[in-house]
Amino acid sequence: MASATSEPHQPDAEGDLNGAPAPAKTIKFTSETYPEIKRNSKFAKLSQEHMQYFQELLGSGSAVLDGLSKDASEDIEPYNSDWMRKYRGHAKLVLKPGSTEEVSKILKYCNDNMLAVVPQGGNTGLVGGSVPVFDEIVINLQRMDKIRSFDEVSGILVADAGVILEVADNFLAEKKHIFPLDLGAKGSCQIGGNVATNAGGLRLLRYGSLHGNVLGIEAVLPDGTVVDDLLTLRKNNTGYDLKHLFIGGEGTIGIITGISILCPQRSAAVNVAYFGLESYEHAQKAFRAAKNQLSEILSAFEMMDGRTQKLLRTGAGKKLPLEGDHPFYCLIETSGSNTDHDSEKLQNFLEHVMEAEIVSDGVLAQDQTQIADLWSCREGVPEILGHWGGVYKYDLSLPIADLYDIVNDVRDRLTNAGLVGDDDSHPCIDVVGYGHMGDANLHLNIPVRRYDKEVEKQLEPFVYEWVQKKSGSISAEHGLGIAKKPYIGYSRSDTMIKLMRQIKDLYDPKGIMNPYKYI
Amino acid sequence: MSGLRILVPVKRVIDYAVKPRVNRAQTAVETASVKHSMNPFDELSIEEAVRLRERKVPVAEIVAFSAGPPKSQDILRTAMAIGADRGIHVVVEEKDPQLEPLGVAKLLKKVVESEKSDLVILGKQSIDDDAGQTGQMLAGLLNWPQATQASKVEIANNTVTVTKEVDGGVETVKAKLPMVITTDLRLNEPRYASLPNIMKAKKKKLDKKTLADYDLDAPPRLKIIKVTEPPPRKGGVKVDDVDGMISKLKELGAL
Repeated sequence: MASATSEPHQPDAEGDLNGAPAPAKTIKFTSETYPEIKRNSKFAKLSQEHMQYFQELLGSGSAVLDGLSKDASEDIEPYNSDWMRKYRGHAKLVLKPGSTEEVSKILKYCNDNMLAVVPQGGNTGLVGGSVPVFDEIVINLQRMDKIRSFDEVSGILVADAGVILEVADNFLAEKKHIFPLDLGAKGSCQIGGNVATNAGGLRLLRYGSLHGNVLGIEAVLPDGTVVDDLLTLRKNNTGYDLKHLFIGGEGTIGIITGISILCPQRSAAVNVAYFGLESYEHAQKAFRAAKNQLSEILSAFEMMDGRTQKLLRTGAGKKLPLEGDHPFYCLIETSGSNTDHDSEKLQNFLEHVMEAEIVSDGVLAQDQTQIADLWSCREGVPEILGHWGGVYKYDLSLPIADLYDIVNDVRDRLTNAGLVGDDDSHPCIDVVGYGHMGDANLHLNIPVRRYDKEVEKQLEPFVYEWVQKKSGSISAEHGLGIAKKPYIGYSRSDTMIKLMRQIKDLYDPKGIMNPYKYI
Repeated sequence: MSGLRILVPVKRVIDYAVKPRVNRAQTAVETASVKHSMNPFDELSIEEAVRLRERKVPVAEIVAFSAGPPKSQDILRTAMAIGADRGIHVVVEEKDPQLEPLGVAKLLKKVVESEKSDLVILGKQSIDDDAGQTGQMLAGLLNWPQATQASKVEIANNTVTVTKEVDGGVETVKAKLPMVITTDLRLNEPRYASLPNIMKAKKKKLDKKTLADYDLDAPPRLKIIKVTEPPPRKGGVKVDDVDGMISKLKELGAL
């Protein structure tokens, strides 16, 4: 199986994307997909005695899904299998603690009894990091869903890890603030999981990564220690800033139970423009001009190649905002507090890029409906790419100057191998690129009619080696989980991996936290 | 036939995708720092005027017109970016008495006379007060034929054929110019204002006028007593089975 991740379509039972999501029971077990991964025999097997402890701790209600003493596979299956329908574990027990104290007691007991665990939030990850591989106990945070406090002066929100992202953002919207993260799965994903996986998304260009916005964390270590670092301070130079180990740690050293996060003021004035450009060089010039002239109001700079837009037209029958075909397209969003100020800046910018012939053509949304329609030219891309059967997806960070070269190189490589074409004898439809250009984050996508070993052989390790040569990252915002575990070496040196290992061993000496994953 | 002189009145309203909120005093809808756009029906009007020209119907001039606060200029620029040749803005400050449909119709009559327009295309209603009267009153004042809720407009020689949306179907009517047409949603799909056209629109002529320039005095005849939001939707209830549903319906007096 290729390690490419395929969001956001849920494959159906035949492995293509036309029907309803596949029932969990038809998903192949991860242990069968990766026969080289063996259950570590140091871990204890779940017994009635363990079960009794958890039931006494959490009560026998819905907080304990017990698949050991009775058949609860129907209830447990959604926690065992991932959203992409690629990974499925054999867990027999799901625990849903309601407080940090309960998480602490659970972990201490598991650590003392050598029971492996998998922390789980909304289970919307794309790399199989949030589901068990064998019989690890799933610890799901969904019952910890309280907003603890919000300070309207500082904009600092303190909340349980299990609060759903959209719930948090709606709460903040009422108070004219915004959660500094937005992504497609916002209706299901939890903020604790977002922090644990250091999710990226659409607002990163403006508000920066979670490493910058998360001010404090409350987490539980495997031995039950509660790391109470839930500070609401922007400045705190007092030694090692350990919370960063948990941000993007993917639940390998502890479970995040609460976060405090800095939330900016929600912008009253939003504008969106969409351009057609002659080449990727022109897109880079447009990005520089946007940074220069729009500076603090620039809130998104997205790039889509002409092929993605053509597929939107042919595949989804979408009417595109611009007439004629352009090799590249960019979408720019500005958000600010004052419509007049923003409009004036935007007008000057638009005049400049038109007159300097940086962009060939473009449109500016005149109302809210047009704003949504222009965004759909970007957000509709992942969906349409799955239209023909499947997609190989790579989420890469690359130097911005080389960002698109990899798309051309991969396209040449697959074309030369005779794998790309217009009819059924070719597995690949096309090779396309789009993404958060402002963050130098490219989504390299290969929409296919069927998954094909020959295509996979051409893609890997070619793509990873290409990224390594440019000192890029093989996973810009999706994380590593189990999917990218074998490829971490392309983005991290042996020394770096060794240092990570030391930290893992220090905080999780028995290795019960999310085993078999990237570390 | 000499070229058509088309007048397209447009109105600046709260963006239709924005949820309006009533102010605390319950006297009006909150408009400060709320996104405003062109009334969607007026977008259809301007698009249709431009399409007539593109279909080689002889069009001498398309004039966009708006009466409203200084910011109405923005939507006149949008109308010109879509294809109007020039704009006229009658400034009515927000603190001044606001025009009612009859006042607007009287004003438009004067504009039609001074611009020598022979076709007025306007939205069938504006989405803020939903009165849906201006076009009809204008036709009455001018004593011109009118076709409301147009979903198709054809012009050949001096004859206009309009397909109208009516309850349960369509009705096709025919009249001679001059004429008033009001637009409905199926008429067309308005284009995006392209950047080159937005630039060009900035250089097009935009005349600023006042009600006094048209010698119009149209004081409001209505007084707004109170503005309230619709009652919030009540949450639903879940029932276990059919019997439960029946007893619930009985309890609510629905059966």
